[in-house]
Amino acid sequence: MSTQDEVATERSRTVDSAMVPRQFVVTASRRDTRDTRTLELRALGDEPLAFGSGQFTMLSAFGAGEVPISISGDPTRPEVLQHTIRDVGGATRALVAASPGTMLGVRGPFGHGWQVADGRGSDIVFVAGGIGLAPLRPAILEVCADRASYGRVSLLYGARTPEDILFGPDLRVWARDHDIDVEETVDTGPHAWRGRVGLVTQLVARVAFDAAHTLALVCGPEVMMRYAAQALIHCGVTADRIRLSMERNMKCGVGLCGHCQLRELFLCVDGPVLSYDRLEPLMTRAEL
Amino acid sequence: MSSDAVGDETPRVTHTGGMAGKSDGQGPADRIIDVPGLQALVDRLIARGYTVIGPTVQSGAIVNAAITSVEELPQGWGDDQDAGHYRLRRRDDEALFGYASGAQSAKPVFFPTEEVLWRGRRTQEGFTVEPDDSAGRDAPYALLGVRSCDLSAIGIHDVVLTGRVHGDVAYAARRAAAFVVAVTCSDPGGTCFCVSMGTGPRPEQGRGAPYDLSLTELLNGGPHRFVVEVASERGADVLDEIGAGPAPAEDVVAGDAVAEEADARMGRHVDTDGLKELLYAAADSPVWDDVATRCLACGNCTAVCPTCFCTSVEDVTDLTGDLAGRTRVWDSCFDADYSWIHGGTVRATTKARYRQWMTHKLGSWIDQFGMSGCVGCGRCVTWCPAAIDITAEAAALRAAAEPDERDAGTLP
Ligand SMILES: Cc1cc2nc3c(=O)[nH]c(=O)nc-3n(C[C@H](O)[C@H](O)[C@H](O)COP(=O)(O)OP(=O)(O)OC[C@H]3O[C@@H](n4cnc5c(N)ncnc54)[C@H](O)[C@@H]3O)c2cc1C
Ligand code: SF4
Ligand code: SF4
Ligand code: FES
Repeated sequence: MSTQDEVATERSRTVDSAMVPRQFVVTASRRDTRDTRTLELRALGDEPLAFGSGQFTMLSAFGAGEVPISISGDPTRPEVLQHTIRDVGGATRALVAASPGTMLGVRGPFGHGWQVADGRGSDIVFVAGGIGLAPLRPAILEVCADRASYGRVSLLYGARTPEDILFGPDLRVWARDHDIDVEETVDTGPHAWRGRVGLVTQLVARVAFDAAHTLALVCGPEVMMRYAAQALIHCGVTADRIRLSMERNMKCGVGLCGHCQLRELFLCVDGPVLSYDRLEPLMTRAEL
Repeated sequence: MSSDAVGDETPRVTHTGGMAGKSDGQGPADRIIDVPGLQALVDRLIARGYTVIGPTVQSGAIVNAAITSVEELPQGWGDDQDAGHYRLRRRDDEALFGYASGAQSAKPVFFPTEEVLWRGRRTQEGFTVEPDDSAGRDAPYALLGVRSCDLSAIGIHDVVLTGRVHGDVAYAARRAAAFVVAVTCSDPGGTCFCVSMGTGPRPEQGRGAPYDLSLTELLNGGPHRFVVEVASERGADVLDEIGAGPAPAEDVVAGDAVAEEADARMGRHVDTDGLKELLYAAADSPVWDDVATRCLACGNCTAVCPTCFCTSVEDVTDLTGDLAGRTRVWDSCFDADYSWIHGGTVRATTKARYRQWMTHKLGSWIDQFGMSGCVGCGRCVTWCPAAIDITAEAAALRAAAEPDERDAGTLP
């Protein structure tokens, strides 16, 4: 065999597909809101899926398409895979409908996550919009588990209506037991709603943090993230200390399909979490 | 040329890079074969178990197909290529490789339009997952007549599809098994610009994908024959098996002359100097609006481009819903669904899609993979129904940007 063959054969042996799913079984399904459910899954064979906060999997119900979904569970409990899914179309409808006992396909975990530990010793500001709280949840749990390592911690959370607020019990525990300043707001609320109405980005100015020593983690619709980043910058947080989780169409999760590109970035590999200094020039150009 | 004895033990895959001509005394000696010799080569490759894929004439174009005989090659055919224009023409000689890039490169051979990733059956417990590994069991391919630009394109796909953490397993299996016979372009087309992109017109070891043999066709000063560069041990073995003798010195020199003449006859040109920065800075250029008035967003350019690799994934179920297959299929950044996320298409306009395509090819590819995503084969220019020309658009962007740069004092 020539050197060339050996190089090529060696390459074909080391190429790792990552396109074939592992089988997981739904062990619990909890209704969060009218369109969102949290699934708990266990791997067939019980081998845990170790992950970092902010990573995602490519999740599929049999024959119903595969979509990127962030892991919403506790990174210190990798034996339970948690996903919080909002029903918005074909694939997510099938996933939300998966009852305990249903088998799902899982590829991953993929992507570059929050790396919240970079914020040890400083203040943390979480900003979440809608389903964007789900990808932040592992990072929040990480901070709770090591609360003493962080300064002031706040969570600014905006939902469409009070009914759409996710993880209500979690929010109370985080505020009560872990000294997190949890501020909620809704776009529209009924008369009985005593809480805030308005944009989550307006909450940035209301919470206390030391801008020079703050790490901000932001997840939500792209416009909301842009405004949140601008508000944080306005308060003195530098762009490199603001991290956003980006959403694009993703078909592979491993840099092969091309769909998630944002100019030179493959958001599935380089992201989904990236700092705003990197993203700003790319997000402020329409349709890039 | 070389004093190396044929069949000595020096490794044949020498990545010398940037050799100008071939009569420079490096590597094993060139050989010579005539047309019956080429048939003997095809026969040997078939005997070794390869499916030989070579250029043929089909529906008025040069198209790759499985061949068994050199008579299936496009003897005496040339082509006229221009923006939005492709026509075969009769040559006044009997050249077998006297045309430029055909309608498709090697891309569909190694990276077919559709590939089953895995199949599953619904069961009591859920479903089965059966990975599709049939690619490794296909008869290996021997590609005959791969152009230098296309060798570079294969080299790019090797990096994109197998050179990172995760790869395309089926592609890797086909590539590992393949035998490649390259060819020097003697008659580049009107849309070729491999010289600008540094990818041709003559195959060079160390540039692009490795190859086993490389042919340079000679029609004058003797019988119809080919100078054969030997680039791998198994290439040398095959030539030994067919009894190919050493090339006479004057044929080696004549081969170099063919490449030099081709070099001087490129139909198109691109100024690549600072092109990535130019494209990044030109995101809001009015040139994109202008292209958008002409581009049909048909995706022809991405389908014929030898480096475009975007794919989608589809789940297909049978009527009962109990059998499913997940398939990866070619996709195009010109498609509206390509950038769809719940709530809308990110690149809703043709302007944004053309900008994405061209910026990726000539700009962001360099950041991603350390090389340009364009090899200058000219296919996207030739096969665009609207005659849109990537070289002309690159020049238009540069022309539109230059006054600004002058204002900014970055240019004299
Ligand atoms: C990194 C990442 C993490 C995500 N995390 C979550 C999460 O934790 N919970 C959650 O509910 N949603 C999450 N999403 C969004 C989720 O992937 C989409 O809602 C889902 O793809 C919609 O698919 P569908 O078939 O139900 O909808 P349709 O609108 O019918 O979509 C058709 C196809 O378009 C693509 N698509 C549509 N919307 C999106 C989108 N927003 N992002 C990427 N591809 C899309 C998919 O390929 C989908 O199959 C995440 C997206 C990304 C990129
Ligand atoms: S550039 Fe030409 S080939 Fe490409 S999508 Fe537009 S019209 Fe089609
Ligand atoms: S962009 Fe056009 S010229 Fe460049 S490699 Fe692709 S098809 Fe060929
Ligand atoms: S999701 Fe396929 S390249 Fe990123």
